[in-house]
Amino acid sequence: MAMQFYASPEQIMRDRSELARKGIARGRSAVVLSYEGGVLFVAENLSSALHKVSEIYDRIGFAAVGRYNEFENLRRAGVRMADLNGLSYDRRDVTGRALANAYAQTLGAIFTEQSKPFEVEICVAEVGATPEADEIYRLTYDGSVNDEPGCMAMGGQADAIAGALRANHRGDMSLADAVKLALSALSSVGGEGGAARTIAANQLEVAILDRRRKGRTFRRITGAALTALLDGEAAAKAEEATARDETPKTPEPGPRKPTASAASADLEDKDPGPAGA
Amino acid sequence: MFTNAGTSSFTQFLSKVAPELLPGRRPLPPGLAADIAPHATTIVAIVSEAGVVMAGDRRATMGNLIASRDIEKVHPADAYSLIGIAGTAGIGMELMRLFQVELEHYEKIEGAVLSLDGKANRLASMIRGNLGAAMQGLAVIPLFAGFDLAATDPARAGRIFSFDVTGGPYEETGYDAIGSGSLFARAALKKRFRPGLSTPDAVRLAVEALYDAADDDTATGGPDLSRKIYPVVMTATAEGTHRLTESETAAVAEAVVAGRMENPGG
Repeated sequence: MAMQFYASPEQIMRDRSELARKGIARGRSAVVLSYEGGVLFVAENLSSALHKVSEIYDRIGFAAVGRYNEFENLRRAGVRMADLNGLSYDRRDVTGRALANAYAQTLGAIFTEQSKPFEVEICVAEVGATPEADEIYRLTYDGSVNDEPGCMAMGGQADAIAGALRANHRGDMSLADAVKLALSALSSVGGEGGAARTIAANQLEVAILDRRRKGRTFRRITGAALTALLDGEAAAKAEEATARDETPKTPEPGPRKPTASAASADLEDKDPGPAGA
Repeated sequence: MFTNAGTSSFTQFLSKVAPELLPGRRPLPPGLAADIAPHATTIVAIVSEAGVVMAGDRRATMGNLIASRDIEKVHPADAYSLIGIAGTAGIGMELMRLFQVELEHYEKIEGAVLSLDGKANRLASMIRGNLGAAMQGLAVIPLFAGFDLAATDPARAGRIFSFDVTGGPYEETGYDAIGSGSLFARAALKKRFRPGLSTPDAVRLAVEALYDAADDDTATGGPDLSRKIYPVVMTATAEGTHRLTESETAAVAEAVVAGRMENPGG
């Protein structure tokens, strides 16, 4: 009979943590911050097809760093859970907090029960009626949840990036300022000898949860709109373009929401004026 | 159960984790159950030059009684397509909600929108799943129409699909109607439909057709001027789906009723 070597539980957990932490630190970073018009996600991503930032539900977005297959699995799980709850109850009953809790359970179980933990760190963000009401949760490989009011950074040299982000972040920033801040924070590390570097627009994945929209608020900012935002000159124009045809509306919870249909409120819009996508 | 690799289809996911949420999966006692639930009635869809127009009356009936005067049977399926439901109201609403989530779910999981034919095929298989209940009198028939973003010719971008209890889809040319008043609505459309109608003309024609259906079918409700209940009219065009406002449909309905004061046959 083969002898089993004894390893203390403490040692096992430490080893798993180290594995996960190393895997996450190797990857590129992502930042999430709230600004005047919503919540902004910026991730450094060389691929334009494999997303690190995506939509979960009407007012909930998802960002992740680490191993793609692992966080993609978590993202799909989140979409399934949100859609199931939205169908069974109502669209308003799908919240970021519930989703963060579910992710914490899943990640915690994987960390303790499986031989290899997920090498991922994820962020669940829900856009509120005001920047103060935004909810940003950070979930780490071991299932711990942190509420990060205002802004957060993960992956790569997350601490340095978070420091740069937090020093200059304000809730009432415009979209252009927020994108610039996110970019300067992301590029503040990783150059020669720890110096700053430049990141091109095509290496960024940018998306927002637009506070002023009804229904599905998630929008990707790509191509010309993104370059315009980064250049800053046409910033105001680009911001207008991302807000598209919609005149700013404050989100309206409650009684006007249709209950017969499971379509999002922007499709079921019964107000006068332009509706649709 | 949420983290299995699985598919991009929400109904397939449900069939694994919560089959009781799928209308077709429920055991029904033997016998005919047609009279126990309200029925939703007439829906019409018309291709216009900009896309499609879909309109539905507001009545649901239960035998000889009116179960609802203001039920809404036409809804957006997603940003570019519309769905109208006729048949057993409860199951129809449930199928419609499920279909809406199905399309949104696929879009979120895959990061791409299904083709219009893909959506129609998906709906067909969902209707087929309800076949057992349909044979016991709880049939649901949808009408599906949308703006086809992949169409090369903008004049052919508006497309309509019909279904039967065994599935489908059957692509229709120009116009179609479903529900108890559909015979009369379709007859009216047959005489009045012309290819290349402008959207306002198509809206007017849809409301006229519903009026004709209500004229001859007791289960279809005409415009209710005293209660201010008008048909639900939606369009799907290159700009997305749009529901006409109450005042817009009121204006069209009043014009149609005024026209019929002069000439009851239209």
